[in-house]
Amino acid sequence: MNRLRAALAPFGFGVLFLLAWELLVRGFHIKPYLLPKPTGIWSAFTSDLSSMWTVSSSTGLNALIGLILGTAVGLLLAFAASRFRLLAELLTPMALAVAAMPIIVLVAIFNNLFAITSSVPRRLMVTVVVLFIVLINVMKGLTQANATQLELMRSYGASESAVIRKVRLPNALAFLFVALRQAAPLAVITAVVAEYFGGSQGGLGSRITSAISTSKDTTGWAYVLAACLVGITFYLVSTVLEYVAMPWARHRSRT
Amino acid sequence: MSAPVDIVGISKVFNAGRSNAVTALDDINLNVAPGQFVSLIGPSGCGKSTLLRLIGNLTEPTAGSVKVNGKSAAQARLDGDYGMAFQQAGLFDWRTVSRNIELPLEMKGFDKAARRAKAMDMLDLVKLREFADHRPWELSGGMQQRVAIARALSFEPKLLLMDEPFGALDEMTREHMQSELLRICATTGTTVLFVTHSIPEAVFLSNQVVVMSPRPGKIAKIVNVDLGQRNDDTREDAEFFKKVTEVREALRGYDHIEPMPTRLDER
Repeated sequence: MNRLRAALAPFGFGVLFLLAWELLVRGFHIKPYLLPKPTGIWSAFTSDLSSMWTVSSSTGLNALIGLILGTAVGLLLAFAASRFRLLAELLTPMALAVAAMPIIVLVAIFNNLFAITSSVPRRLMVTVVVLFIVLINVMKGLTQANATQLELMRSYGASESAVIRKVRLPNALAFLFVALRQAAPLAVITAVVAEYFGGSQGGLGSRITSAISTSKDTTGWAYVLAACLVGITFYLVSTVLEYVAMPWARHRSRT
Repeated sequence: MSAPVDIVGISKVFNAGRSNAVTALDDINLNVAPGQFVSLIGPSGCGKSTLLRLIGNLTEPTAGSVKVNGKSAAQARLDGDYGMAFQQAGLFDWRTVSRNIELPLEMKGFDKAARRAKAMDMLDLVKLREFADHRPWELSGGMQQRVAIARALSFEPKLLLMDEPFGALDEMTREHMQSELLRICATTGTTVLFVTHSIPEAVFLSNQVVVMSPRPGKIAKIVNVDLGQRNDDTREDAEFFKKVTEVREALRGYDHIEPMPTRLDER
């Protein structure tokens, strides 16, 4: 009952927001190239669902591949860094530097390094963005184990590898999912924006720019809606994964 | 039979050789006989936890020798000669209650069936069998501490090292846990070394209360206690109060000789 009420409030707010938007555009006769109506965007979205699907899945696939690769490389680096202190000391400032710069501009460089018409530069861009989020969080999770638990393991005469398996890994899992919940929607955003730098025209980002440059603004907004839905899907899947992988955390996240 | 704990001339200096060197323990001698319940009591900074950690081989002494069951502390640790419990129960959230108790057995190579059976025995001992498949967070603080004790005893060590295990519990739960601990130790015949801040707790539980003084950590006095079979009435016993007073005065004793430095003195 409480959860239903908790879900109802934002839903109601969303409906009101859309209603106000619709009324504002109609009431003040705002031109579609400035701001289209929600109903207009919706009909543009639903009028060609199959192409929406094709375009979204093209960008979504880039985001997904980048997300998987970035997570894998981030995990590997985090493990290595937790084992070799020097590596951690080298990687941490680099990760901070990467977090501080508008890293998306690297797409332009990747476009020159690899075939611009291929999906490689975009996927690589997503990989880099995801990698550092996963690296920073998992590194924290691997090093910040509970002191009492570590002492207990030592008192059992546990080997270093047992400590990693029984304490550090389960502890780091929570941090991995914190990273994924952050990285998953960001992977979609990165994949969309990466298309702004040229290359093949099959994805959401390139469709948005071309729709807007040819004054098909309502269609452009429909693609924005699609991008939004892909991002939300990525986020939801990552929370479901967390729910499945960490049954012990279910209770906590609800309280 | 060699003594569960035999400490000769132990000193521990943190940051030795540097300007911020601190002598935590100075020339400590302590011998604990089998089946005894010995409490270490003293103000913060008297080195009582450090002493316990030295016995558990979680830290090394600067000088002196620690023997546990006649072996070096390191060997005793690897042989599983002692179990430990801390103020923080330190249960693993990702394991059920019974799997928490199985963890030390896993480390010592017991097979799955034996581990489960042993965990069930231990849960019977601490009266939490029906919570075997619960998660730690579903249990109250006192119950979590009972699980931690069951885990410490799961591989049947002859010695139990406890560092303020009831320090985070409320008074009612605390007294209940003290009686439970006595019952458990009477069943298993375990020797216990128990660090605490609480005078009544130390007196109620112990055969010997080791009173420690700070800066540097030394043994000020050892108070022998014999309250016999204890129950809730024991806490209102004349003998109980007498021993509480004796420990309290021993704790005060060093204060008169060497007043604690205060900010005013330093000015």
